[in-house]
Amino acid sequence: MKVTLDQDRCVGSGQCVVAAPDVFHQREEDGIAVLLEESPAAELAADVQHAATVCPALAIAVEGHR
Amino acid sequence: MTTTVDRTGHDPADVSSYPMSRNGKCPFDPPPELYAHQEQGPLAKVRIWDGSTPWLVTRYADQRALLADPRVSADVARPGYPSPAPIPKGGSAISFILMDDPEHARLRRMVTAPFAIRRVEAMRPTVQKIVDDLIDDMLAGPRPVDLVEAFALPVPSLVICALLGVPYTDHDFFQANSKIIIKRDARPEDRQAALGRLVGYLDQLVGTKMTEPGDDLLSRLAARVGSGELSRMDAAQMGVLLLIAGHETTANMIALGTLALLEHPDQLTRLRAADDRALVSGAVEELLRYLHITHNGRRRVALEDIELDGQVIRAGDGIVFPNDIGNRDPEAFPHPDTLDIGRDARHHIAFGFGVHQCLGQSLARMELQVVYGTLYRRIPTLALAAPLEEIPFKHDGSVYGVHELPVTW
Repeated sequence: MKVTLDQDRCVGSGQCVVAAPDVFHQREEDGIAVLLEESPAAELAADVQHAATVCPALAIAVEGHR
Repeated sequence: MTTTVDRTGHDPADVSSYPMSRNGKCPFDPPPELYAHQEQGPLAKVRIWDGSTPWLVTRYADQRALLADPRVSADVARPGYPSPAPIPKGGSAISFILMDDPEHARLRRMVTAPFAIRRVEAMRPTVQKIVDDLIDDMLAGPRPVDLVEAFALPVPSLVICALLGVPYTDHDFFQANSKIIIKRDARPEDRQAALGRLVGYLDQLVGTKMTEPGDDLLSRLAARVGSGELSRMDAAQMGVLLLIAGHETTANMIALGTLALLEHPDQLTRLRAADDRALVSGAVEELLRYLHITHNGRRRVALEDIELDGQVIRAGDGIVFPNDIGNRDPEAFPHPDTLDIGRDARHHIAFGFGVHQCLGQSLARMELQVVYGTLYRRIPTLALAAPLEEIPFKHDGSVYGVHELPVTW
């Protein structure tokens, strides 16, 4: 599983942090998301996929997971 | 049969008016007409107050896709924008919710930090104390009591005023003016005047914070005024937006959510017995989905031609997104009209979707988690003090809820 995050699109909703706190974080200064783990462990796949689903800006892409 | 058929194939005379009325017997459900439109989908035309006929998009997947589509604009000043009410002369864009990127993103990013998950979680003990104190006061006072006045409105007021750095002594002033601004049938000049009073007040407060900053959001905006990144008027307008957005909405979720739970005692029992936070936060998501209090439809205008299932939304056409019916789409939520606090409802669109999705959603969620996790445990015998038929619902505002909720215990 490979995760990408487009910070230019991010609107700082923080929903990815709620869905997958081990994979996403928010910058202190403006709440924009930060990707902590580009290749998360397989057991986090559902959480990461959910993070991508609820991202309002469609800034998260997940490859290699179905 | 018809003589005039517009390019969508609809007879203009058949176009239904929007917003539509709810069925009085189902106060928690969207208007019946919206269900019919969703079933027929994906596109219909509706007539709004000014006689124009924007598109109506009712299915969950289409609403999500189009609200996140950069070919769709939230700019109220664009021709074709289906404004929910007359736009006052001289313009009064309530800051960035009615702008497009890049200006929208620039302004929004100045105020996102306090709403980040970690910062919101740090406020949880403060919110818990506000909730506990208000419940103490209620229990010590007479009954029945109006839950809206005694609890639902003060909770978010205290929280958002603390966040912004607005003194609580000015709370009544804000309450009165924000009510006028969101009232659907308010006269444009009255709405404009109320907005002017709030902006004027916050402009003064920003000035104060420039010389005497505190640890609050307005002080952070004041610092950006000082450094020239933001005009003082922009800062004041952003303050007004955040205050109004966080006030009536959360209050209505508290009161209407309580009413919905009292009318679904099996769900209330389940919630009261829950000792894990996951069930409480699941209940918050489900109530957000089920109640969907912003019932005036989200409004946009197309910047380019957009094809949807063989039909074309033309550049310049207005689009209305009633997310209340999107949250009842059986394709996205099985048995959508059932309130089930145990379901996974996290993908609901009660906060909208796309770059304009509610900025304060994490704060709202946390407040509701504290409220729903505390109120019914501390007052386990909480009950309606009037029959449901006598509860006055807010059919006339842009935010749905109840004007009053008499309760006893």
